[in-house]
Amino acid sequence: MALGLSVIFGVVRVVNFAHGEMMTVAMYAATVLFAGLGLDPFLSIIPVAVAFFFFGYALQRALINPFITRPEHSQFMLLLAVALIIVNGLLMIFGPSARSVQVDYQLESFEIGGILVDKARLYAALAAVATAAGLFAFFRTTRAGKAIRACADNHLGALVVGLDVKKLYALTFGLGAVCVAVAGCAMVLLVDVTPPLGPAYTLLAFVIVIVGGLGSMPGALLGGVLIGVSEALAGLLVAPSAKGMFSFGLLILILLFRPQGLLGKRD
Amino acid sequence: MSRAQASLAVLGAALVAFPFIAGNYALSVATLILYFAYTGQAWNVMMGFAGQLSLGHALYVGVGAYAAAGLFYHYGLGPWAGLWLAILLCVAMGLIVGFLAFRFGISGVYFALLTIAFAEFTRIGFDHLDWLGGPGGLFLKVAQRDTWDLANFRGPPLMYYYAMLALCFLALLLCSRLLGSKAGYYWQAIREDEEAAQALGINTFRWKMLAVAISSAMTAVSGVFFAFYYNNLFPEQIFHISRSIEIILGPIIGGIGTLFGPILGAALLTLLSDGITDGLAALGWEIPGIKQVFYGVVLLAVIMFLPNGVWPYIAKRLKL
Repeated sequence: MALGLSVIFGVVRVVNFAHGEMMTVAMYAATVLFAGLGLDPFLSIIPVAVAFFFFGYALQRALINPFITRPEHSQFMLLLAVALIIVNGLLMIFGPSARSVQVDYQLESFEIGGILVDKARLYAALAAVATAAGLFAFFRTTRAGKAIRACADNHLGALVVGLDVKKLYALTFGLGAVCVAVAGCAMVLLVDVTPPLGPAYTLLAFVIVIVGGLGSMPGALLGGVLIGVSEALAGLLVAPSAKGMFSFGLLILILLFRPQGLLGKRD
Repeated sequence: MSRAQASLAVLGAALVAFPFIAGNYALSVATLILYFAYTGQAWNVMMGFAGQLSLGHALYVGVGAYAAAGLFYHYGLGPWAGLWLAILLCVAMGLIVGFLAFRFGISGVYFALLTIAFAEFTRIGFDHLDWLGGPGGLFLKVAQRDTWDLANFRGPPLMYYYAMLALCFLALLLCSRLLGSKAGYYWQAIREDEEAAQALGINTFRWKMLAVAISSAMTAVSGVFFAFYYNNLFPEQIFHISRSIEIILGPIIGGIGTLFGPILGAALLTLLSDGITDGLAALGWEIPGIKQVFYGVVLLAVIMFLPNGVWPYIAKRLKL
C-alpha cells in the first residue's frame, strides 16, 4: 500500500490523503466478493485491481489534474474531501460494524526453520512482493514506464518532448490505486474492516513512505519492513499500546536528519 | 469610518446583543462558531501570514487544555494561573517544532507531516500519562452553572459565549495589527518567496519562529477554553488529527491569509453542518454517515470553484 503512495507522490507530486480510505474500499470489495461469489480474497485481487485502476485513472483525470499547479494546502483539502466522502459513504452502505472474511487456510501455518509463519500472512507478503516486482519491471522496461519516470524527473522537459503528461499522471494514479487494491484484498485476511480504519492507515502509510523516502519504491518496501519490525519490538519491550509512539518518533528523527528518507533523493 | 469598519461595528453590536434573543441551543452553536473562528485565526497567523502549513494544531489545543485542567484538577488552581502555564508550554512546544524544522530546512509537505508526527507522538504519550487520566480521560468537576464564578471560569453558557466573543475580537485586533506591522510584511515576503526574502536580508528563521510562537500561544488559549467549557479531556479526541483538520477547515474555506476568512469560514461550516443535520432529520433520513458525505461534497465544490476561499469573493462583491 505504501508503495502505491510512493508511486503517486514520486511522479505526480500530490500527497494522497485519501490513501488509507481507498484501501478500505478495496477491503470492502473483497468482503463483498467473498460473501457473494465465494471468491478467495487473493483471487479477488484481479477484478478489484482492474476496477481500482480505472477508478484511480478517473479520479486523477477529473479531480486532481486541475489542481496540479495549485498550492499544496489546496491539494490537501481536495483529497481530504474525497477521503471524507469515501469513509462516510462506506459507513452509509455497510454500517459501522466490522466485517471479515473466513477462509479455511487462515489459521494454518508453515514452519520454516523453527519459526511459525501464518499462511495468510505469507501469502499477503508474497502478493506485495509480486506487485512490487511487477511495478519495477513496468517502470524499467516499458515505454509508458519510462515516460512516467521522465515526467517525474522533469515535468517541463517531459512536456517539451511531447509527452501527454496529464494522461501519464492519470496512468500513474491508476497504478498507485492498483497497489492499494492488492494491499486491501490481502489485508482483509489479517484484520477486520470498519469504515474508520482508513485514516489510521493513511497515517501509517505516510510514516512508512517518509521513512523509506517519498517517491522511492525500494524505500517504501524498506520503510514498511522497518516500521513493522520496530512496532513489533516496541510492543514486546515496552507496551503494545505505545508502539505507535515509536513509529512517529522514528518519523520525527528521519524528517530531521534525512528528510528525503533513507533511500530518497534530494529534490 | 470606512464601509468595512462600519459593517464590523454593526456585526460586533449584533453579536453582543445576540444572547438576548437566542435560546440555549443557538447560543451553544454560536459559541462553537466563535471557538473555531478564534482557533482558525490563530492557525492563520502561521499558514496565512507566514506560509507555514501546520496540520498538527491539535497539539497546542491539547497541551493547553491539559496544562490548565491538570493544575485545576490536582491543585485547585484556576484557569487564570493555568493560562500562563498553558501558553508557556505551547510556545515551548511550538518553538521546539519550529526550531527543528526550520534549522534543518524542512518546508512544505514535509513540514506539514512533521507537525502531524508531533501531534500524534504527543497523543500517544498522553495516553500513557496516568497523572492526567491517561486514555480514560480527565474530568473536571462541573460546578453550579447559574452563577458567574469568573475566578475559576465557571458559569452559565452565556459567560462562555462572551468570553469567546472577547477572544475573537482581541484576535482580530491583534491579527490586523500584525498584518500592518513590520513582521506582517516580512511574513508575507517569506510566504510568497522565501529565497527572495532571504536575499533581501530578512532573517527568515527568526520571523518564522515568531509566527509559530504567536500562533501556538493563541491556540493554547483555545485549549484552556476547551478544557473549562467541555470539562472532559481524552487524548484520543483532543490530539486527534481530525481535530487539527477541523481547525484549519474554517480559514481555508473562508480564505487563507485574510482577516475575516477564518471567522466567515467557521460560521459557514458550523451552520452548514448543523443545517445538514436538521435538514436530514426533517426528511427522516437517519442513515449514519450521510451528513459527512454531504459535508464532503460541499467542501469539494468550494475548493474546486472558489480556490481562494469564500471571503475574497464576497469582499469583492460588497466592495469592502
